[in-house]
Amino acid sequence: MSVMTREETEALIQEVLEVYPEGAKKDRAKHLTVNDHEVEQSKKCITSNRKSLPGVMTIRGCAYAGSKGVVWGPIKDMIHISHGPVGCGQYSRAGRRNYYVGTTGVNTFGTMNFTSDFQEKDIVFGGDKKLAKIMTEIEQLFPLNKGITVQSECPIGLIGDDIEAVSKKTAKEIEKPVVPVRCEGFRGVSQSLGHHIANDAVRDWVLHNRDNDSSFESTDYDVTIIGDYNIGGDAWSSRTLLEEMGLRVIAQWSGDGTLAEMENTPKAKLNLLHCYRSMNYISRHMEEKYGIPWMEYNFFGPTKIEESLRKIAAFFDETIQANAEKVIEKYKAEYDAVIAKYRPRLEGKKVMLYVGGLRPRHIIGAYEDLGMEVVGTGYEFAHNDDYDRTIKDMGNATLIYDDVTGYEFEEFVKKIKPDLIGSGIKEKYIFQKMGIPFRQMHSWDYSGPYHGYDGFAIFARDMDMTLNNPCWSKIQAPWLKGEEEPEAAAAGA
Amino acid sequence: MIRVKDNGALLFYIAKKDQEDEIASVEKDTETEWGGEVELTDGSKYYIDPISPPPTFPTTLRFKRAE
Ligand code: SF4
Repeated sequence: MSVMTREETEALIQEVLEVYPEGAKKDRAKHLTVNDHEVEQSKKCITSNRKSLPGVMTIRGCAYAGSKGVVWGPIKDMIHISHGPVGCGQYSRAGRRNYYVGTTGVNTFGTMNFTSDFQEKDIVFGGDKKLAKIMTEIEQLFPLNKGITVQSECPIGLIGDDIEAVSKKTAKEIEKPVVPVRCEGFRGVSQSLGHHIANDAVRDWVLHNRDNDSSFESTDYDVTIIGDYNIGGDAWSSRTLLEEMGLRVIAQWSGDGTLAEMENTPKAKLNLLHCYRSMNYISRHMEEKYGIPWMEYNFFGPTKIEESLRKIAAFFDETIQANAEKVIEKYKAEYDAVIAKYRPRLEGKKVMLYVGGLRPRHIIGAYEDLGMEVVGTGYEFAHNDDYDRTIKDMGNATLIYDDVTGYEFEEFVKKIKPDLIGSGIKEKYIFQKMGIPFRQMHSWDYSGPYHGYDGFAIFARDMDMTLNNPCWSKIQAPWLKGEEEPEAAAAGA
Repeated sequence: MIRVKDNGALLFYIAKKDQEDEIASVEKDTETEWGGEVELTDGSKYYIDPISPPPTFPTTLRFKRAE
């Protein structure tokens, strides 16, 4: 199917909305739109960051997921207690694939699950004593931990435990930072508020810890990577590029990050922000309090990498700027070869995305480098400022959907018939069973990294491997073949 | 919080609402004072008693909702 016109896309949205009852229809209509480059401000055409409608299938997470799973979880040398019943932590344990170096259980704790495992009696009598006891135990069993965070699950807020008091008391006893985080799952409409709460906790309990400590010698070329969670090693493949430019990366937030790195971040000259949605809060704070500028960058695909490297270099002197050119030059042969190999196999293919914080817009460039086209995109938990940024990156008259429901996504896919869908595990099997190639764009489908030049090669290979996999022609049972048009069968209609 | 954007415009960020918008117009923006009624690009208006001398950005200020 060729690219749709504005009218066709609008008609598609109307058609999909048709099945909803009046109220739901009105509400959902605000979350679906056709991209229009004329629009400066996304709020004119799309509503976001609103509560999902009861009764529709949403794909969002909770505030606890945003704090424990995204922001705090990857800080590897701290122990993050999932405070409350066991499930929240256990079912999400190690699911995000934040890689790190270290010996798990000795000096790093990333993939382990610590929980206070609430029982009925803790709900009735309160869990503060239990929390204090757990923390003392942790200190005995894992003496090399650098600090503890208390990640509240829903019941903590409901029963009104005073985790701040317990944290303060324990922090004195064990002489390490203990950070209470009020990220109960019921707060806010999605994981997005969890990011915010987690950022605020960093601001209130960690960031200023070393303000009067000058033992860390900073240089003029200190930068930090903020909002890179090192999924499949992403932060590492970004870091090498920055270091080749002559910059010194003094902190990674939070993939493969440590408490000390967080505390030293105010000593940086520039904060480099990859995931704007989840870490803009702390970047703003540092800009205001410490006068550290921050900029958003994008390390997906050579075109965007090149742009970003130059933009980063512009903050520094001429040597760095010259180095940036050298880095781009150095990898040119490499990525040209990648494009030469995969572009002919992927050219003209259409992609639909539905992901989280930054990828629905950041990855577009990488697909375009491979000659592919993104025809629909959407965020689970974005705010209007994210859509403002997206409008520019997406083609005109393409489809944009906010907090898309399971039903809508399926219908869109049936009509648009993309060649590839990039979304998460919850969507994966539905679309694969419909016979449409699918990549998980949260966890990189257990591959990665996708950031940086090294990542781009892997990205291109993965897309080719999925799209051109011979299995897609085998979706239909042999005895049904020939009865239907093969074209219709491939789309799973 | 208010900060200067890359394009030179002032960005108005309301932490409580997680809302980010450019400032469209400021009632008083002179050498000596800054403030009064502030209108954002989305049409909403906020008020602050004029500050003199004008604040340096980025900074956090307390605004009231204006009608
Ligand atoms: S919503 Fe509450 S109970 Fe559910 S996972 Fe989040 S914190 Fe746990």
